[in-house]
Amino acid sequence: MNAWLVAPIAIPLVTLVLCMLWRRNPPLVAALSVLGAAALTVVGLALVGKVADGAILAGQMGGWQAPYGISLVIDRLAAAMVAITGVIGLATVVYGVSRPGDPAVGRDFHLFVQGLLTGVCGAFITGDVFNLYVWFEVLLIASFALMVLGGGARRLSGTVVYVFLNLLATLLFLLAAGLLYGATGTLNMAELAVHAAAGEVPAGGIVAVVLMLLAFSIKAALFPVFGWLPASYHVAWTPVSALFAGLLTKVGVYALIRIVTLVWPQAGLAHEVLLWVACFTMLVGVLGAAAQTEVRRILSFHIVSQVGYMVLGLALATPLALAGAVFYLIHHIVVKANLFFIGGLAARIAGSERLAAMGGLYAHAPWLAILFAIPALSLAGIPPLSGFWAKFVLVKASLDTGAWIAAAVALITGVFTLLSMSKIWNEAFLKAHPQGEGALRRATGSAPAYAAVAVLAAITVAIGLAAGPVMAYAVAAAAQLADPSAYAGAVFAAGGR
Amino acid sequence: MEFLIATAIGAMTAAGIYLVLRARTFPVIIGLSLLTYATNLFLFATGRLAVNLPPVISGEAVAYTDPLPQALVLTAIVISFGMTAVIVVMALRAYFETGNDHVDLPGEASPEAREDDWKLLGRKQGDGPRQSVVEERA
Repeated sequence: MNAWLVAPIAIPLVTLVLCMLWRRNPPLVAALSVLGAAALTVVGLALVGKVADGAILAGQMGGWQAPYGISLVIDRLAAAMVAITGVIGLATVVYGVSRPGDPAVGRDFHLFVQGLLTGVCGAFITGDVFNLYVWFEVLLIASFALMVLGGGARRLSGTVVYVFLNLLATLLFLLAAGLLYGATGTLNMAELAVHAAAGEVPAGGIVAVVLMLLAFSIKAALFPVFGWLPASYHVAWTPVSALFAGLLTKVGVYALIRIVTLVWPQAGLAHEVLLWVACFTMLVGVLGAAAQTEVRRILSFHIVSQVGYMVLGLALATPLALAGAVFYLIHHIVVKANLFFIGGLAARIAGSERLAAMGGLYAHAPWLAILFAIPALSLAGIPPLSGFWAKFVLVKASLDTGAWIAAAVALITGVFTLLSMSKIWNEAFLKAHPQGEGALRRATGSAPAYAAVAVLAAITVAIGLAAGPVMAYAVAAAAQLADPSAYAGAVFAAGGR
Repeated sequence: MEFLIATAIGAMTAAGIYLVLRARTFPVIIGLSLLTYATNLFLFATGRLAVNLPPVISGEAVAYTDPLPQALVLTAIVISFGMTAVIVVMALRAYFETGNDHVDLPGEASPEAREDDWKLLGRKQGDGPRQSVVEERA
């Protein structure tokens, strides 16, 4: 058993247990939580270093050979996702430290964030379909608790919608997993890939995979099953909604990428359908955002439209497009979480989240304005920030394969994104506050929050300026995805213990 | 036997979907539970139906039934039990806080308030919007 393999799950889990043990001491819990998230980041980056040369780490739990044991697999994509999860987790808990007021809320927050990180990391590195279901449940139950943190009527009724729709999606996934086992006799992703490569997946197995993709589409908030996301994300406490915005839909996207590339490495009918879904997701998301007047509601709709870009990369299925999807995934998690953080800070100073009731932030908090501008422009795809390279690669890949419509939609969506961001800029930052300068508050005790936001902004700039190495890594990750036989080989070569 | 199992799964799924579509918390919770039962039964059936066959290796056994679906169902039952407890608590709390049991888009600003927002957005400096719908949360 390779310690590196279990570390991404074990670190947040151990942190969770330690936080539980010392729960009567909130400052210690916060410190432990920050330490745990930092350790996860370090391990994630170390894993990226370990798999960068093309090695695939694989192992079996409980000492049973694949396909009987539960496999854990870390390839380039999974390692990158673990690293980025660590970064966002760290930013979230650091932001959470700056919460003034109720220490109990802060303490519970750290417990559940660690639980969520455990589930997310587990989903990223598992090589077994049923195990993926279990990790989904782990992260879901933590996310329910996180979402209601702080209470209040609005938050609770938003959470109820979120809970029911996510449970339905998970149930659909469980049903699909059962069907898959009934049809193919395996739940191991590597063995599934072997069956698929040999063309031995029966019709029932294909039905199961399609059902599974539907369930993941709900999780990833794709058109036409995205309605729950903009209805619920904005009700949670700022660091919680930032964590969700960064990570949760992306777990769905990751599962989509994993299953589609394993079962259908070559482009086919499924990719055709995904292409249209991606186009509609991009357009509907960005148009929905145009109709909103609250900061986090606008940003929530943009999550939907941005997920469309990643699925576009998956649907085109060329090596370049897949690399674009991977790059987009990495860039988007950082940028989107950061925008939610900044939205929260802006609301803290301006006293409201409604654009109509905000204003004067540029004069009052110029640093926040600059910090907002970086991820906002990156989201819209302005060079030289990270979003530009992500969009550039995806548009180029669409044009290469002759998908003109997709390329056009991607570009139009980019323009509308810029429009949305300038709406927030004009209303919240540039115009005078409707109640005069005196209405703006000082955000006391926000230093950790500012630090988290600044570091994430710096990462965005760094990915943009050092796009070469990051893109090279994404291309290598995409090459691994396009060749599932290496994945299967690594899993079957891994011994029982 | 196949007919019985299939009918049971079908009936529970139908009832579950009907209840979930009622969009009130209590029927939705019951509906979700029924859907969960249907799914669990289905999971169990994916190992093929067998009567009087052991799932574990023994000397006298003439044949075996598939043990894996049984393990999966056990896991799924435990998880769904926990989930049901959580959603019951959450739904109860939401009922007490909001005074209604609708599963609906939450606490939206009313259409009039939204219209107000749009009017205000066109203005540079007005008399200020009405009491903020979104309380400060950050």
